[in-house]
Amino acid sequence: MSTATDSAVGFETNLLERNARQRTERMSLPLRGDEDVVGLRKHVRERAVAIGLSLVDQTKLITAASELARNTIKYGGGGAAHLDKLTDGLRQGVGIVFIDNGPGIVDLTLALRDGYTTGGGLGLGLGGSKRLVDEFDIDTRPGEGTAIAVVKWKR
Amino acid sequence: MERIPILRMGDLLLVTIQVDMHDRLAMTLQDDLTERIVRDSAKGVLIDISALDLVDSFIGRMISNTAAMARVLDAQTVVVGMQPAVAITLVELGLTLTGVKTALNVEKGMTLLGKNLNR
Repeated sequence: MSTATDSAVGFETNLLERNARQRTERMSLPLRGDEDVVGLRKHVRERAVAIGLSLVDQTKLITAASELARNTIKYGGGGAAHLDKLTDGLRQGVGIVFIDNGPGIVDLTLALRDGYTTGGGLGLGLGGSKRLVDEFDIDTRPGEGTAIAVVKWKR
Repeated sequence: MERIPILRMGDLLLVTIQVDMHDRLAMTLQDDLTERIVRDSAKGVLIDISALDLVDSFIGRMISNTAAMARVLDAQTVVVGMQPAVAITLVELGLTLTGVKTALNVEKGMTLLGKNLNR
């Protein structure tokens, strides 16, 4: 019944532990439908406010989270988001790892290009999100799944 | 079913989005607005997004599509009240809402619609 069980995704990726050294808290949320995207946005906002991100940086992070969560559901067939509080010395940040068991991204270069879409969208989700955060990493394997880790640090 | 209310004022339709919209709700609003333009013979649509703290590519596309649909139905759309942080994020994301008229607030939006409708 725990959130951890509900949001467990079989795709094994080292991105899940990408910021393990800086991580002081982790909240795991399932991403199955529309309402989960709204729920995630709310939690990301709370984390971003808690560490004192500026309003513009909050908005950028939440927007990136919204795009990537939608991708996880739409292209990955659902999955999970792991929302991390990061502390690196005096620096604080919010990290999110999106993970799914979907078909994977076949051509990553193409998928990151603005305007490219396989799903009838605008093709801004992946490339656009990358511009909105400070750190952006993808681990994707055809037939296994996709994991995307993003971080926004407080300036 | 959850819906965002659409108010009618003369030949204008007014919408204030005050909730964090999930995707289906945004699509419902797009469909409802398009239907109401025809049913109410509306000439203008004013969408107030001052309470929205996020416009991602899905909501952006909904706004662009609504404006395009309104245009082919002989109605003008003005989006008002976008927060500065939302505008910065939107442009960085790569969305420019081409073809969508904007105004800083409801009053300026109404003026813009009034002028364009020659009243």
